[in-house]
Amino acid sequence: MDFGIGERGQALRAEVRAFLKEHLTDELAERCHRTGVAHDDAFVRAMHEAGLLALGWPEEWGGRPCDPLGLSVVEEELSKAEAPTYGVSTTHMVARAILRCGNDRQRAEIIPRAVRGEILIVLGFTEPECGSDLAAARTRAVRDGDEWVINGSKMFTTNAHIGDYVFLLARTGTTSKHEGLTVFLVPADQPGIEAQAVRTISGERTNITYYRDARVHDDWRIGDVGGGWRVLGEALQEEHSVGFGASMLRLLEAAEGWARTARGNSGRPRITDPDVRERLGRCAAEAEVSLLLQRRAAAMAGQGVVPVAEGPMAKLFSSEALTRAAEDLFDLLGPDALRGHLSPGAPEGGRVEHALRFSLGTTIYGGTSEIQRGIIARRGLGLPR
Amino acid sequence: MDVAPSDEQRRLVESFTALFGDASPPSRVRAAEPLGFDPALWETVRSAGIVAMAVGEADGGWGAEPLDLALVAEVQGRFLAPVPIVEAQVAARLLARLRTPRAASALAAALAGERTVTMAVHPSREGVARLVPAGAVADDVLVMDGGRLLLVPSGGDHGQVENLGAMPLADLRLGPDAEVLADGPGAEAAYETALDEFLLLTAAAQVGIAARAVEIGVGYVKQRRAFGVPIGSFQSIGHALADSATAVDGARLLTYEAAWAHGTEPGRFAELAAMAFAFATETAREATYRSLHFHGGYGFTDEYDIQLYYRRARAWAAVCLEPRAAYRRAADHRYSAVRTAAPMEEQWTSA
Ligand SMILES: Cc1cc2nc3c(=O)[nH]c(=O)nc-3n(C[C@H](O)[C@H](O)[C@H](O)COP(=O)(O)OP(=O)(O)OC[C@H]3O[C@@H](n4cnc5c(N)ncnc54)[C@H](O)[C@@H]3O)c2cc1C
Repeated sequence: MDFGIGERGQALRAEVRAFLKEHLTDELAERCHRTGVAHDDAFVRAMHEAGLLALGWPEEWGGRPCDPLGLSVVEEELSKAEAPTYGVSTTHMVARAILRCGNDRQRAEIIPRAVRGEILIVLGFTEPECGSDLAAARTRAVRDGDEWVINGSKMFTTNAHIGDYVFLLARTGTTSKHEGLTVFLVPADQPGIEAQAVRTISGERTNITYYRDARVHDDWRIGDVGGGWRVLGEALQEEHSVGFGASMLRLLEAAEGWARTARGNSGRPRITDPDVRERLGRCAAEAEVSLLLQRRAAAMAGQGVVPVAEGPMAKLFSSEALTRAAEDLFDLLGPDALRGHLSPGAPEGGRVEHALRFSLGTTIYGGTSEIQRGIIARRGLGLPR
Repeated sequence: MDVAPSDEQRRLVESFTALFGDASPPSRVRAAEPLGFDPALWETVRSAGIVAMAVGEADGGWGAEPLDLALVAEVQGRFLAPVPIVEAQVAARLLARLRTPRAASALAAALAGERTVTMAVHPSREGVARLVPAGAVADDVLVMDGGRLLLVPSGGDHGQVENLGAMPLADLRLGPDAEVLADGPGAEAAYETALDEFLLLTAAAQVGIAARAVEIGVGYVKQRRAFGVPIGSFQSIGHALADSATAVDGARLLTYEAAWAHGTEPGRFAELAAMAFAFATETAREATYRSLHFHGGYGFTDEYDIQLYYRRARAWAAVCLEPRAAYRRAADHRYSAVRTAAPMEEQWTSA
């Protein structure tokens, strides 16, 4: 057994840190915070120029070899720094799905541009009436010659207002729930699609999108008609090392920074207080467990084993632990914890307050905690439905 | 990162799984209560080299890594084997660390199987070492007494303290035959490392307890039916077991990481060992509680095995530290630069 990230992991980590130091400026971080948009064209271009976007892609597609474990080290650094990479991750998730399920033409059009950071693809799965039960999607696509005509609405289409394409799950048949679904790559810039901002408590901006006779050419159908559920499965399957261990480290560092400087009644730094130490110790332990579960899932993927229950374990544990830690460390800071990011004098720039807000979404998107537990119970423990 | 055991480690786990599977089924665990000691099994594992594996070849042992010891402790936890493996291993390693002639002869007696040596995990107070693990069955006890590390022959007259976990605990009065093995900062440092190792191996045993508790629970809820369906199809049951299964995997990874750090990142070992102990203990408590609860009334009876696990998950930890104190201990190592001035005993036990 080996719990190190190895020389290669260390080198990658150093590379990402150096990149972030140069490109994740205070000004950019501030802008992302204010707009709630975790995507920035110039930043993504810089990632491409630094060779970071190509990581893990096959060399024939201009990629740079990197195993899933190396990728998870990179993800950890980006996520700990709150780098604006949500757009990159959705784009690459779709590009990987196209690599597996698309045709040659689709691959040739999409993958090189995704690897160079030239396009932004957003995910149109969730609807106003269904999210966990994605197969209940009602947004319809009806064939019209070489094209499909789309009507319906999608909820929580993050980045739809700036995206180039929507990876859209649509209903094309009504006889079977799961086999009546088809996936399309729909150009976002057309009159039939409207994105309206939806604001969230963390400040993250997402959208509700309306489709009114929107059109997509059949060339941009990904996979078979009625094969959408399988394509979706492949796309989601690729997300192995999803987790929030690095967000916990970010929160922990903020709380540690506070504890080293804030003084209690005795005049000594709060970090000398056993209660403070206990709570930081617990957060540090659960952050470690989160990262270990994430890296284990990535290591399995690297060996060609699908982490069927292990991936959900990492997502479930890390998001729930982050939520607990944010709640506890918010309490720990006392009334000052209330001071938000924009208020001068907020402890550690309001990071703990922000973590409290941010953490809540992590147990919801990417499959809620209940959905993850269900997968672990049935596929990991073999319990009956 | 590679979380798979080596072939050699896999064989080690297989051989102890086979050994305890034969020699420590729940019936034997029950039969060994209330003392919590099976002399025949102790003889078997001792001749299989359980103490020798823990110390280096130069000291007459086999030089197994802490990771190997953790793997064995996990198997012991799965089977609740009523033998003082962790106690004897950690005590032997402490003797080896002291490098004095008397410590060497005590170690030689332990390795030869002439004497069972254990250690008190709290410093003595007013001439008494309290709740010494395996104190009721050991021949010699290592005790920290006011900055001196003593070798105390138990004299055989120390009756067991009746306890929740059916552990062979004893309160031990330090008599005139106690010998000083070492004193000063060197003794304290050696003892502290032994405590870290005790926490690590207890964490591993807790992982075994928790993992087995989840298996027992899963097995039961697949069979038991209510309202016409297996109770395992109820989400309130399935989801709780999923949370425990997740925590078990996390606790196991954290424990192995701590054991790995012992040799590879020694600067992090003490912190990780305390974290692993705290997290694995909380995991084992929760897993055994849930599993027992999902047995309904049967879980509350003596007849079902889950109660054996429930009691030990609490007792094996409580003899050392409550989890909250272990998180504080982890923080003490993590933030050593701003260490509180509290004396060692307080850090180990204090609220
Ligand atoms: C900030 C943010 C960004 C997002 N970005 C995107 C995006 O870019 N693209 C996209 O398609 N979606 C996105 N989502 C949507 C997200 O994936 C869904 O919100 C999520 O999957 C849950 O679906 P829902 O909101 O419809 O809740 P519901 O499915 O209605 O669930 C409501 C509650 O019921 C519980 N529940 C549901 N089913 C079960 C069950 N079988 N057993 C037990 N409990 C159950 C859920 O756990 C939840 O607590 C985003 C969401 C947020 C908050």
